[in-house]
Amino acid sequence: MNQKVLLDEKELQVVLHRLSCQLLENHLDFSNSVLIGLQPRGVFLADRLHQLITSDYQVKNLQYGTLDITFFRDDFRRNENPLKANSTQIDFLVENRNVIFIDDVLYSGRSVQAALSAIQSFGRPKAVELMVLIDRRFSRHLPIQPSYTGRQVDAISEEHVRVAWKERDGEDCVYLVKNKI
Amino acid sequence: MTELSVDHLLGIKDLQKEDIELIFKTADQFKEVINRPIKKVPSLRDITIANVFFENSTRTKLSFELAEKRLSADVVNFSASSSSVSKGETLVDTINNILAMKVDMVVMRHPHPGACHLLAQKVDAKIVNAGDGAHEHPTQALLDTYSIREKLGKIKGKKVAIVGDILHSRVALSNIYALQKLGAEVTLCGPRTLIPQHAESLDVKVDLNFDRVIQNNDVLNMLRVQNERMNLDYFPSNRDYVFQYGLTQDRLNKSQNKPLIMHPGPINRGVEMSSEVADSNDAIILNQVENGVAVRMSVLYLLASKMNIV
Repeated sequence: MNQKVLLDEKELQVVLHRLSCQLLENHLDFSNSVLIGLQPRGVFLADRLHQLITSDYQVKNLQYGTLDITFFRDDFRRNENPLKANSTQIDFLVENRNVIFIDDVLYSGRSVQAALSAIQSFGRPKAVELMVLIDRRFSRHLPIQPSYTGRQVDAISEEHVRVAWKERDGEDCVYLVKNKI
Repeated sequence: MTELSVDHLLGIKDLQKEDIELIFKTADQFKEVINRPIKKVPSLRDITIANVFFENSTRTKLSFELAEKRLSADVVNFSASSSSVSKGETLVDTINNILAMKVDMVVMRHPHPGACHLLAQKVDAKIVNAGDGAHEHPTQALLDTYSIREKLGKIKGKKVAIVGDILHSRVALSNIYALQKLGAEVTLCGPRTLIPQHAESLDVKVDLNFDRVIQNNDVLNMLRVQNERMNLDYFPSNRDYVFQYGLTQDRLNKSQNKPLIMHPGPINRGVEMSSEVADSNDAIILNQVENGVAVRMSVLYLLASKMNIV
């Protein structure tokens, strides 16, 4: 497989700390802000950030949930592979609160669009921000931009970004992989 | 498995174990959806579903309609009593007329066994069987087994008794298929006259002693005595039925066992079970109703996902 490292373990750690600090800078004690990890892959990043913010930066009572967007996707019945639903766990309302969506890679923006629809089932947020680990520039299908970015990359459509997490893949690393044509 | 192996839901007999597990996993997510403050998802927004009921139904029809609306499908309802069926129109003609109005899926209840199978061969739409005569009622069996899985954690190895009027029940046959595919041991119990003669061929136990059945099983699925389908006297009197097969609190208290109590509804209170039992904590009748919506959403969603636009 033809791949190159975008972020190694140490760089990923630095990025995670920076993203946590950026969130702290804007949301302070998170009293009116909630973290929402987007299923399936954004949840790993959200878990890490949640852990950093609550343990390293001592934020108490940080509300955190996971959101599955499967039933809100716009490619239902248009996809060769059937969509597989994941679990949503949000045991609070987002009415009038600041919501921070967390996902690993921002590509077309369609997942974020679905998430913006899906979150409305839990109330009307005051504001919604988007944090992504990797922003694939110049590949958007919709006018969606992240509020916080770990790393921007310029990748062609024959390439994809693979984010490996220790808890699932045995290592922390981000790769740019060239697909077989 | 991420896709159903069937194109229609005609009966549990046609499903594989993996199909049922996929329906359950998807229903888990829909159960979470229907407990949100806003209970609707847009998945089926470009699909039209006709609910065609040639027999009376309250909860099945309501449950399907709610499931369809929660999925944002467009819904049309048709009941035989107010239709041209009474003027002599055939089933296939009726459905083809409905499909000519660009309907994508048909949920049908019909008094004749096999009506849905016939329809699936003749028309170009996804068919969901909502009960065909005394043959199958697949979504009821799916919600029953889903409810057992939810309460007991698993179905494999559990002992489930189906009690009462098995002969006239479509719920019984679908439940037997579903429970067996998922690895449960099934016992039928009821008056000998209401146990079908072919019961042994289904690889189930038959035990006519209700007290022993209560003692030996993890779940009792109590079926309604379907007086409206009985053209003979199958047992001497309701009093005699209650004496032998009515589930009362006294009867449960005498047993060391505390089985889960289920009923597909509507209940004849005081016949197959007393009000005290029906309203007790061991009865999960209303959980079954709630799960019915989630399971039906799952079935409709999974069948719709096989209708690719491109």
